[in-house]
Amino acid sequence: MLNVDNIVVSVRNGPDIVRGVSFRIEPGEILGLVGESGSGKSMTSLALMGLLPPALHLSAGSITQDGADVTHLAPHERVRRKCGKMAMVFQEPMTSLNPVLRIAEQIEEAVRVHDPDTDASPRARELLDMVRIPDTAHQMRSFPHELSGGMRQRVMIAIALACRPQVLIADEPTTALDVTVQLQVLGLIRDLCNRLDMGVLFITHDLGVVAQLADRVAVMYAGSLVENADVEPLFRAPLHPYTGALMACLPNPESDDAVMATISGSAPRPGAIPPGCPFSPRCSRAQQPCLSGPVPCARGVAGQTAMCHFPLNESVLA
Amino acid sequence: MGRYFLRRTGAAIITLIAASIIIFGFIHLIPGDPIYVMLGDGATPEQVALLRNRMGLDEPLVVQYMIWAGNALQGDLGQSIFFDTPVTQVIKEGAETSILLATITMVWIILFGVPVGILSAIRQGTWIDQGLSGLAMLLASVPTFWVGLYLILIFAAGLGWFPSSGFPSIFEEGGLSNLRYLILPSLALAAPNAALILRLTRASMLDVAREDYVRTARAKGIRPYRVVLRHILRNALLAVVSAFGFTFAALISEAVVTETVFALPGIGRTVVQSILRRDYPVIQGVILVTVCLYLVINLLVDLSYRLLDPRVELE
Amino acid sequence: MMQTLATWTRPAISRPLTTLGVIFLLTVVVFAAFSPWIAPYAPDQIDPANRLLPPGGAHLLGTDHFGRDTFSRLVYGARLALLIGIGVVGFALASGVPIGILSALYPALGRVLMRMVDVLMSFPSLLLALGLIVILGQGVFNAILAIGLIYLTTTARIVYGVALRLRAEPYVEAARSAGAGTWWIITRHILPNMISPLLVQASFVFAFAQLGAASLDFLGLGAPPDIPSWGNMLAESRIYITRASWLLLWPGLMIVLTAFSLNLVGDAIRDRMDPRFREMVGR
Repeated sequence: MLNVDNIVVSVRNGPDIVRGVSFRIEPGEILGLVGESGSGKSMTSLALMGLLPPALHLSAGSITQDGADVTHLAPHERVRRKCGKMAMVFQEPMTSLNPVLRIAEQIEEAVRVHDPDTDASPRARELLDMVRIPDTAHQMRSFPHELSGGMRQRVMIAIALACRPQVLIADEPTTALDVTVQLQVLGLIRDLCNRLDMGVLFITHDLGVVAQLADRVAVMYAGSLVENADVEPLFRAPLHPYTGALMACLPNPESDDAVMATISGSAPRPGAIPPGCPFSPRCSRAQQPCLSGPVPCARGVAGQTAMCHFPLNESVLA
Repeated sequence: MGRYFLRRTGAAIITLIAASIIIFGFIHLIPGDPIYVMLGDGATPEQVALLRNRMGLDEPLVVQYMIWAGNALQGDLGQSIFFDTPVTQVIKEGAETSILLATITMVWIILFGVPVGILSAIRQGTWIDQGLSGLAMLLASVPTFWVGLYLILIFAAGLGWFPSSGFPSIFEEGGLSNLRYLILPSLALAAPNAALILRLTRASMLDVAREDYVRTARAKGIRPYRVVLRHILRNALLAVVSAFGFTFAALISEAVVTETVFALPGIGRTVVQSILRRDYPVIQGVILVTVCLYLVINLLVDLSYRLLDPRVELE
Repeated sequence: MMQTLATWTRPAISRPLTTLGVIFLLTVVVFAAFSPWIAPYAPDQIDPANRLLPPGGAHLLGTDHFGRDTFSRLVYGARLALLIGIGVVGFALASGVPIGILSALYPALGRVLMRMVDVLMSFPSLLLALGLIVILGQGVFNAILAIGLIYLTTTARIVYGVALRLRAEPYVEAARSAGAGTWWIITRHILPNMISPLLVQASFVFAFAQLGAASLDFLGLGAPPDIPSWGNMLAESRIYITRASWLLLWPGLMIVLTAFSLNLVGDAIRDRMDPRFREMVGR
């Protein structure tokens, strides 16, 4: 089990980009982390992996896995521990594989880091089978540029699975892919999650993908989580006005409305986040209390939580 | 690959033809009659007529060029006026020194530039990096002949560890131990070029370190030094190795100054002396040969680069 | 105004070495501008009784084999150093910038011009300069042309690269489709955005021009021997180095420190440049 407690990611000598984010991921469940670009969701995932770029650092909070603190461990230190591990799949399958190494070398390398004593080659083939890559023997000998985007992303997943992770972090893994390939990769992730009893943190800006895939959803805005809920209650009755606005932006197949709703204004930049509720300048429900001071947590009957003074759908409040 | 090879070779040949026209034309750009310039004002009409005829200067320019280029293709670069021997002979005599000097210099450049560049990149932003980058910039700002003179002053005249000038062939008495004559010159010549390779290595390492696939490698849990060796260095060196080629070609001409300082019997010193002696066929010949060398090395580097980088097969 | 001032003074504080470099360059400029007042002797004043004097006494930095005062010659040498630098940079920019920009704006012309630049680049740089000296003859002006020709090629390449990318920028495309003339695009959109990369290139060319000119002087193919250039001073002192090694030190240091300071300044400008251009110049 992965427990993330109130982590803060800051620019060195600069503003906070992630401002106190907490969540947990149980084995076999998919948590969808949703937010616009720049909301801090990618930086949250890199912080979990210990892969923050040099200009950023994890300035507060803790990350524990199976009760052990991994907050400040580098990736190579984590993989060598005995307890649960994390692995990550990145957004850009085109650039995330080393262009001059064959696929086999890149997977076997990851296998050997995890268990140095085994013969890496059969295990690598097994991993490629797990991610349903056809003609494994041929693909093992290929270079990344000889593979399609979808295939490369499968290879990335195979590499991630090499350390038998307890939690897989997937940062917009399908954004760069064609729609049909997207569906295949999403299906694969769901399937692996069930089969391996693996937790998944799925990061996306696309609520539609979350609705299909996730068990639980965390909505992120301007570096904070604004709503946490199981997927069904969330889509039935969102509490936070930002979640509501995001849903209104989804294309609705049942209406003929050609005009898609948009949220007015734009998300604040780190360092320029307004006091009070960060969404208040763009929120149609904002009133005086929203503009300053701490924001209370509203709770719904199905265990939903939302950081809001004046939540939507009052009927489902606990 | 085959088509790329043809296209690249074709471009090199066109460049060579253009360069050869410039080299050929250069003798006609010199103000005054080149024959008188070469022979001096005291030349007799017979001498002038003989040289004019031998150099084919009576023909129209186009014909002259065709004859000159045709001869060059067959390995005949004309006759040295000063030595009265074929230019190819003059070049051959300097070639051993020049090639050995460039090769030893290249060894220093690689031994110093690459590892120090890697160190600088790994320690990016620390005082080590700043110090090494400053050193590189300083080395790039130093005239090679000045370094050479100081090396002579300290290690030849002062300590007497190395000879200060000249270079007997390694095929003569002394054999390979004659290479000690080239130690100081090669160090002087290496200084600014090693600085360039150092900076290139550092920049290339830092560029690759920002690549997504390096993040992937770190995410796998590979130890940092292995990430550097296997993922960053390997890709970064692709760019650095291609610079070795240019550097080697450039050394042949940069050695002009170094060979003069150390009185080495190389091609570079021959050029300088030929300029002072107005021995134009030799100057033309040397420039043509070095341009050829530059183009061939460039071509080879380009092609080997393509071979080393698996991405290119698709093109 | 205050803001521009701040952006220029901040690096001075954070880069002490660059500040020293700028101070040194200013000293060279002062030497060049006020040589007769700074130099205690005339640069060509021969004093056979006081040949090869070590530093100290009446001659601050000693004397050479004719008894000429080294310090005075160094001060006058600054004139030639600046002349060569300004000349080479001026020639390289005046030729390289139009070639680069026109090549970027007119692809057909560009193919021919850049091909010619390629051909020039296939000549080893020092041999190219020497070849030109053979044609033009020896002299300060010809040395400037010969060295300038080397940097014409690199300048044209860099300008071409930057101009190509600028041309593809949306605002330039927009201006073109709105019917803006070529001249308007060059003066309004391309040149203003090229100032930083050109400043960087100028300082590096200035630095390398010092080294190139010194090499030509040393080979006896640069400034005529009666001109007190730092390169000539080194060339003349060559045979006396074991007897009077200080003759080697001072002119060499002037060349090294001038080139080093210019490199530092170029580096500082590049680091302050818009990251987009840093990518374009790619050094």
